[in-house]
Amino acid sequence: MAILEIRGVTRRFGDLRAVDDVSLSIEAGEFFTLLGPSGCGKTTLLRMIAGFDEPDAGQLFLDGQALTGIPPEKRPVHTVFQSYALFPHMSVAQNIAFPLRMAGKDEDEIRRRLKETLELVHLADKAQHFPHELSGGQKQRVALARGLINKPRLLLLDEPLGALDAKLREQMERELIALQREVGVTFVFVTHSQQEALALSHRIAVMNAGRIEQVDVPEQIYGYPRNRFVADFIGTINLLPVEVREAASGHLRLLAPGLGEIVAPPVAGVSSGERGAFALRPEQVRISAHGAEPELHNHFRGTIRDSLYLGDVTVYKIELDNRVVIEALLANSAPGHARFFEIGDAVGAGWRQDAGVYLRE
Amino acid sequence: MNKPIPDAVAGQRAGSRGSGLTRWLVSLPPTLFLLVFFLAPALIMVAASFQHPGEFGGLAPLFIDGRIDPAQLTLETYRFFFGDWIYAEIFLRSFLVAAATTLICLALAYPLALTIAHSTKRHRDLLVLLVILPFASNFLIRIYAWIILLGPANLLYTPFAVIAGMVYVHLPFMILPLYSNLEKHDPALLEAAQDLGAGAWTRFWRITFPLSLPGIWSGTALVFIPVLGMFAIPELLGGTGDLLIGNLIKEQFLDNRDWPLGSTLSLLLTLAVLALAALSAWAGRSRRRSA
Repeated sequence: MAILEIRGVTRRFGDLRAVDDVSLSIEAGEFFTLLGPSGCGKTTLLRMIAGFDEPDAGQLFLDGQALTGIPPEKRPVHTVFQSYALFPHMSVAQNIAFPLRMAGKDEDEIRRRLKETLELVHLADKAQHFPHELSGGQKQRVALARGLINKPRLLLLDEPLGALDAKLREQMERELIALQREVGVTFVFVTHSQQEALALSHRIAVMNAGRIEQVDVPEQIYGYPRNRFVADFIGTINLLPVEVREAASGHLRLLAPGLGEIVAPPVAGVSSGERGAFALRPEQVRISAHGAEPELHNHFRGTIRDSLYLGDVTVYKIELDNRVVIEALLANSAPGHARFFEIGDAVGAGWRQDAGVYLRE
Repeated sequence: MNKPIPDAVAGQRAGSRGSGLTRWLVSLPPTLFLLVFFLAPALIMVAASFQHPGEFGGLAPLFIDGRIDPAQLTLETYRFFFGDWIYAEIFLRSFLVAAATTLICLALAYPLALTIAHSTKRHRDLLVLLVILPFASNFLIRIYAWIILLGPANLLYTPFAVIAGMVYVHLPFMILPLYSNLEKHDPALLEAAQDLGAGAWTRFWRITFPLSLPGIWSGTALVFIPVLGMFAIPELLGGTGDLLIGNLIKEQFLDNRDWPLGSTLSLLLTLAVLALAALSAWAGRSRRRSA
């Protein structure tokens, strides 16, 4: 059974529907991410789960029990706040033990679990320090430890990595994954960073303008975005205007005007004659030197217009014969070869028939 | 390759020396002011407490033929003070009145400061203005207004009238530091506490109250110390039994023309306040260490 069931939840602020008829089901033990741009309603949804806000319509169920009217302090749901919100007048140990004291646990149990939790987040030597004496990463771990110590049914995380620099963020991402696996608590993570969402989550719900656009595992969200918003929001993607020629059970035949036929993976419910876009990730495009024998069915001619050397990869902009510009990513795996192609080179661009996805208008 | 670095350091040092000079120049006028108008009178007061009163008020001359005459120095006023219980009693009563005033101010100011801190930005400015509005009219006139209020209620010239007047005058000095402290609290802390299981009462005692202690201490200092020295309110609103140290000191200078005794009383009052401040600082430090 789902640990958290969100049924038709709507929250209005004046005329704005911050959360608009959202239904979701989160499984026990999951690392679930709400992903979307700022103002998409993800934080409002999180606050309704925590109890700081109530839906105008719809209901939330935790372990099958309606949460309506239950204040935050009575919900077995804890939050890691964006600013960490550590109590500045309490030591690390007092901060982390706070939920246990609130729950009225006896001193022996508090001492035992505090020790366990401090070790879990590698802060045993910082127990007597105060928050202002800690680094960003250490504050983050105190906030996590405080949220986890009383074993909540859900741990909500509101953009907790936003304040960290890139290196530290990657390290904290690894720690978060390991921590979640170790404690087994269900995590509901809110972020606007697609990279964090892809790296951390078991499943992702992409939100836009108060609605859920797609819920799926990271590979599906990235590989098979369901619509233009998801395709655009997650990573970089090339969009080619196309018309459906043939919708077979095993594949789609698309016609790109001025270019030719593209064979693409099938999409349910598509009929021939309709118009849409073919979406393709830059790393799925293979560039070949002009005149080389095409080895892929989806193969077109173009010219290199721009290149951006990023160290590990180089991003090329290729103008195809129908004047549509696509991006292609080439890994710089061969040492010493910074640029395989120069601006102005005539090249071939191709991709596999099972690459890319057709998006309906 | 190494050369620019020492240069840069030297430049920086020269720069900081320049700004140090500026800082010194800027702080010179207030320092001089305090030396001349605060430290010098305080030292004169200390000296006066060991002198004889002058024949027609003021002080008997200390310097005879350009030298300090030892015969002009005396412990008479101290002997006088410690030789009679009445002075200790007035000191004690003054401290009790100051403590009661401070506690009542705190009890009244805290909810008010909290309300102001929690209201919207626009209302906040208006409410703060209302708190300081009484300062716009003269202090004595406001005390006379209390005479008009308390007279018909048969409460004039009672300890109640003194405390009520003291609280009325000093309340803003408790509200303002408390408000400026409470206003800075991060609302996320209360949300975090609530999220982690704390009810409204616990949130107040575990989060808001301990974080507001610096505001409480400044408010306490701003109320307690002026009340100790206040003489106008007991004189206008209190009865003969409600004399405080302030009145006693004022009497020595204006009525009895005994400057040495007045100086001694002032000095002892200052020392008592300093001892109290040191005690509370020490208590605060040791409490923090044990926490």
